[in-house]
Amino acid sequence: MARGAIMIDGFILNATLAGIFVALAAGPLGCFLVWRRMAYFGDTISHSALMGVGLGIAFGTASPWVIMVTCALVSGLLLLLQRGGKFSTDTLLGILAHSALSIGLIIIALQESLRQDMMFFLIGDILAIDIQSVMGIGIMTVVALGGLAYIWKSLLSVTVHEDLAQVEGVNVLATKVIYMLLIALLVAFAMKVIGALLITSLMIIPAAAARNIARSPFHMALYSMIIGSLSVVMGIMMSNQWDIPAGPSIVLSALILFLVGRGLPNRFRI
Amino acid sequence: MNSFLIELEKVCLAFSGREVLEEVSFSVSRGEIVTLIGPNGAGKSTVMKIALGLLEPDKGQVRRASEISIGYMPQRITIEDILPLSVRDFLMLRPGTDQPQVDEVMELVRITHVAASPVQRISGGEMQRVLMARALLGNPDLIVLDEPVQGVNIGGQEELYHLIGKVRDEKNCGVLMISHDLHMVMAGTDKVICLNRHICCSGEPGNIQDHPEYHALFGQQSEAVALYTHHHDHHHDSHGDVVLDDSGDKHGAGCDHD
Repeated sequence: MARGAIMIDGFILNATLAGIFVALAAGPLGCFLVWRRMAYFGDTISHSALMGVGLGIAFGTASPWVIMVTCALVSGLLLLLQRGGKFSTDTLLGILAHSALSIGLIIIALQESLRQDMMFFLIGDILAIDIQSVMGIGIMTVVALGGLAYIWKSLLSVTVHEDLAQVEGVNVLATKVIYMLLIALLVAFAMKVIGALLITSLMIIPAAAARNIARSPFHMALYSMIIGSLSVVMGIMMSNQWDIPAGPSIVLSALILFLVGRGLPNRFRI
Repeated sequence: MNSFLIELEKVCLAFSGREVLEEVSFSVSRGEIVTLIGPNGAGKSTVMKIALGLLEPDKGQVRRASEISIGYMPQRITIEDILPLSVRDFLMLRPGTDQPQVDEVMELVRITHVAASPVQRISGGEMQRVLMARALLGNPDLIVLDEPVQGVNIGGQEELYHLIGKVRDEKNCGVLMISHDLHMVMAGTDKVICLNRHICCSGEPGNIQDHPEYHALFGQQSEAVALYTHHHDHHHDSHGDVVLDDSGDKHGAGCDHD
């Protein structure tokens, strides 16, 4: 197929920018997912996002806000169910994640026009992102990072010991709710970039890779941003080179960086 | 009027129908060290959580003096290996604290040498002192300690209890703590509360040791306490916080032990 060189560059520039913006927010937010042992929560939210996509299109809009509200509602439901105390969070997340995924898949399948696009909802369609979406994602990144900076110390304290944080005057519930909303915000805007199945990996893998070289929580967040961005660039190059899907290529790149990091001596540990 | 920092009045709590606490009342005042003792499952931690405002009682009142700041030392803390956190970073998490304060407190509990170490890599005894440091930050009016000397060797235990007494003397704060080890408790405490879902007995350590409920609850263990207190007496006379003067009849055997 003959595609103009300039066209390709435009696509790739948009894709790279969008990917990097997502990675910049996903890294630090993902650090807290791994610190709080909440990887499965990331999955639940991203699976809910698929339900959000389906619902949005059923209502005739592709707005990320519908996705975000859906994700936020599922998080709220999780908080409510946790209060009952009968089922462990793990079990509840398993129920919510897969139910949301199934509902999303069914709603999407019910709409003839969308059926062919199913794969893109799952792994993203980064090369089809236009400049408006790039700008939307950029704003999302600024908001997500700003919000995280605002709750940083409180959330870290809650992560270390919830009761201690509360006694010391941290508003634990508000901190956790804001964090969940930030995750929902990120996931809603990242759907197009990396899809419902893969977005958690862009939160978890760069964060885990950053742990190899980080000496403080702040450093780990910073390195996860760099590693995530590198993964995006590497992934898009791989995708372009070998004509393989971009989303999975980005995840694979992150994995490679993680493994390289494992091989490095850990300066932090004595 | 009694200037209490915190007061519980007839606090009751049940977990899914099972009574955990029945009409528990006590208070902690400025400059006072109050120790909760009792067997496992007696509700000590639950009482502490209610005092801290982490749990709401079903019935009864919890009154805190307005605007008091509380330092809390939880029983155990597990920090995931994946979180790279140095001792100094951990202490800096206390809201409103700063570097000089952290340095000062680390000096006080003698953990300056591990300041840059990851919290996961220090010994159990050092961790207890780090947690103690966190509780002392920000000059709290009330310090609440859940088994402060757990996992600390005997020498270290004595040092920590001594430190608690010293902080109380210097800052005139109140102290509420849970303890398992009766030995140390009896020496440095102003008021002992014997808890077994309800308050069995409470009062000065000297009086409480003669209380039949106390003996019923702790049996043989209570004998060993008197022995130990005697030992403690020798070492800490100069501090003046040793109370046990009327248990003198029990220390004969203790001298052998020493």
